[in-house]
Amino acid sequence: MSIISRGFHGRRRPDSDRLPPGQYLVDDFPVLSAGPTPQVPLDRWEFAIDTEAEQTHRWSWEEFQALPMETPTADIHCVTKWSKLDTTWEGVSLDVLFEDVETAAEYALIHSYGGYTTNLPLEDLLDGKAWLVHRFDGEDLEPRHGGPARLIVPHLYFWKSAKWVRGIRLLNEDWPGFWETAGYHNYGDPWREQRYEGD
Amino acid sequence: MPPRLAWRAAELVEIAGESATARTLCFRVPGWPGHLPGQHVDVRLTADDGYTAQRSYSLAGPADGDLVELTVENFPDGEVSPYLTEVIEVGDQVEVRGPVGGWFVWRPESKAPVLLVAGGSGIVPLMAMIRARRQAGSRVPFRLIYSLRDQDRRFYAEELRRPDPGLDVTYLYTRSAPAGASRPPGRLLLDDLAEGGWPANFEPDCYVCGPTGFVEAAADLLVALGHAPERIRTERFGPTGGS
Repeated sequence: MSIISRGFHGRRRPDSDRLPPGQYLVDDFPVLSAGPTPQVPLDRWEFAIDTEAEQTHRWSWEEFQALPMETPTADIHCVTKWSKLDTTWEGVSLDVLFEDVETAAEYALIHSYGGYTTNLPLEDLLDGKAWLVHRFDGEDLEPRHGGPARLIVPHLYFWKSAKWVRGIRLLNEDWPGFWETAGYHNYGDPWREQRYEGD
Repeated sequence: MPPRLAWRAAELVEIAGESATARTLCFRVPGWPGHLPGQHVDVRLTADDGYTAQRSYSLAGPADGDLVELTVENFPDGEVSPYLTEVIEVGDQVEVRGPVGGWFVWRPESKAPVLLVAGGSGIVPLMAMIRARRQAGSRVPFRLIYSLRDQDRRFYAEELRRPDPGLDVTYLYTRSAPAGASRPPGRLLLDDLAEGGWPANFEPDCYVCGPTGFVEAAADLLVALGHAPERIRTERFGPTGGS
């Protein structure tokens, strides 16, 4: 039973059926990160998938650019309560990157330039659910938003959509990432409001 | 599974004006488990028809029994801050959940020198660290660089004026500086951090909190001064002032 806050009326916002519980809509694009923004020159950028059998699949920036691109539109939900609807991106489906990857692993640990990590079940990256993107809203992705390239996994809270992404390590056992070891939920489904450990 | 963080009833027991646009709210929260400076809480408001809104706010003070202190700046277009800065009165209730966040925290047993860089209401979690240092009797040297528009926006003015051995405070004004200020008004520059902060080879822990643009700039300048990125912890908050 909730406690009524006397004198609070709130502002009813549109599109509430697309808004998970506890979220509010924003029009701008807030930035949240734990440290300084890494600067990653394109000639030194690479993206790698490491399997549990220690096979590595690697892409340079040029090789990444040559892959078939998609332009997903997605609603994104940050655990700090803002949501942004109909964001438009350009990048490569993780299904493309995993085409030649042989694995029986169930877990993925994403790691980023700057040292950030986040974990999720591998199945949450596949079947059209995740993209490695380098453009937002028709423009190259700014460093503060994760450029040169970031992950987007729109069905989970946005901390799973790692910025400055550098690779994915496939694991037989789950390995919690940065926020997951700092009190946040291991999975992070916004529709079930899985914000913090124990939710 | 760890237990779920509970929503707890919080009764407002004290209000203090903090600046022209902000006030400090002290809530009594029975069952509050305690917290570290730098952590935040979720606040939930419920209207009489069941509509709810939640926001996160940094804790302004260190653990103090079942008391929880927040300083809230009013964003006129906001949904929750106008209520907390203009409407709520002593005796009214909200719900809080926390503490949350295990990264942007200072631990009193830490021995490294500390640099705090605040932009506007980004001072709030940093003030919790200053107060925790004093409460713990820590002798770790702290330096605070506090950037703000003008004197009217200053939080905790009296408390920061009182001598606190081992704490140095530098004010930087961005719009209008008071008479006698050491520099003309303007944005945070490399020299400000070089003069008011610590040399990188002292290996201080740096905590930067403020609006996104400010934090981006300050963290980049600290990196340029040679501070290791892993020693620079940041907290950015909205409204964001652009994307």
